[in-house]
Amino acid sequence: MQDFAASLAHAIGLILSGDAELWAIVLLSLRVSLSAVLIAAVIGMPLGAALAVARFPGRQALIVLLNALMGLPPVVVGLVVYMMLSNAGPLGVLQLLYTPAAMIIAQVVLVMPIIAALSRQVVETLDREYSEQLRSIGVSRLGSVPTLLWDGRFNLLTAVLAGFGRAIAEVGAVIIVGGNINHVTRVMTTTIALETSKGNLALALALGTILIFIAITVNAATSAAGGTARRLFHA
Amino acid sequence: MFRRFFMATLMAAGVAAAAAPASAAEEFIVVQSTTSTQNSGLFDYMLPKFSEKTGIEVRVVAVGTGQAIKNAMNGDGDVLFVHAKPSEEKFVAEGYGVERFDVMYNDFVIVGPPSDPAGISGMTDATAALTKIAEAEAPFASRGDDSGTNKAEMRLWAAAGIDPTADSGRWYRETGSGMGATLNTGTAMDAYIMTDRATWIAFGNKGDYEIMVEGDPQLFNQYGVILVNPDRFPNVRAESGQTFIDWLLSDEGQETIASYRVDGQQLFFPNAK
Repeated sequence: MQDFAASLAHAIGLILSGDAELWAIVLLSLRVSLSAVLIAAVIGMPLGAALAVARFPGRQALIVLLNALMGLPPVVVGLVVYMMLSNAGPLGVLQLLYTPAAMIIAQVVLVMPIIAALSRQVVETLDREYSEQLRSIGVSRLGSVPTLLWDGRFNLLTAVLAGFGRAIAEVGAVIIVGGNINHVTRVMTTTIALETSKGNLALALALGTILIFIAITVNAATSAAGGTARRLFHA
Repeated sequence: MFRRFFMATLMAAGVAAAAAPASAAEEFIVVQSTTSTQNSGLFDYMLPKFSEKTGIEVRVVAVGTGQAIKNAMNGDGDVLFVHAKPSEEKFVAEGYGVERFDVMYNDFVIVGPPSDPAGISGMTDATAALTKIAEAEAPFASRGDDSGTNKAEMRLWAAAGIDPTADSGRWYRETGSGMGATLNTGTAMDAYIMTDRATWIAFGNKGDYEIMVEGDPQLFNQYGVILVNPDRFPNVRAESGQTFIDWLLSDEGQETIASYRVDGQQLFFPNAK
């Protein structure tokens, strides 16, 4: 138990020290994961909403597939993205391997199904409630997507946060496509993996504590922003 | 239509913003290397000196030797800096690399718990020690990841005439991970572990483990450096990569390697010709 107490003290000390290197790693983690979540939300939300309202053969199978993709193993995603971006791969000319962009791409692939699947669920519930009304004023099924997304925006925050949680906590994909290069592609999770492998368990645990702090901060900020917006809109 | 355009723009902006280089240094090379050089802290000590002198930033991808070689065979890297001479020579012979140079060496040791169930403490014959471990069926944690250390370990088992993988999952346990991870796992299950001395000295979670076997010439661990062949992969930054190799082999580079110490102990011994 002493180890845990020491780690917590270590974590607090690290935060208070304002260590420039640590902050650079924290900022890179946030930059990569927030960019990935933003891109994944822009693609995933309309996709999930469209799947919720559209009616076509094979829809149910597609929903099952999308739900299953929420469990994509990060290491497999990392491997596939590596093979695409490698100089021996089809997208090698882009020279993105071992850059933050490669890490963002991998995380988008991981996060997009989560946001799409959860958005599908939110929108489908709303659609059941409003579809008759919307049809009666002449809005087509796909045409109702923006309205339903807007209406479900507060519930959709949860989908985005679930995606963010996945992205910020993930190590398997970013370590393969980013290479864990010091000052270039080293993020919180890969640093924790590295320090663990060096046997610096207390430091690794301290970094883990900081990562959890960051996750709590982002979630609290989002929830506060959502709450404020909700009050403003419903006042 | 407008919405689609908006989304595409947003995505492009996101990727572009993210792709912007993190550091101001224009020139960099990617070195495919091993966990031992990174986990021991050598790179953190050595690379800033090189970058300061030449302005070239060195980006290290530290993986097992097997994976480092495969990555370099895909053209993903400018320089290969690993420790498995036969595989390195094959890499050059097949045209993936330009030329191989000796850089430095250290040695492997076998570490174990003080209870020493196979009774190998103090032995200097590595194959005899492995034979005793196999006979005692004492737990042995292997990298099992085709790394340089794993290749060296398998050569020793072969020299002892033993196929430990037949007992995989019993006393012979393949972690399939890096050196540090294997040390963490092995020490937690009282297993013997073969490790390079540098990683062992710098390792922070030794517990009560001790070095049991050392000093066998078969435990010699040679590191080599190779420029990835620019004729084969036009993306290779050959000039900067060669500058790095030249520096490693120069008096200055060699002295820098020799001067790296952890707890007063020298971890790597330069031996460029």
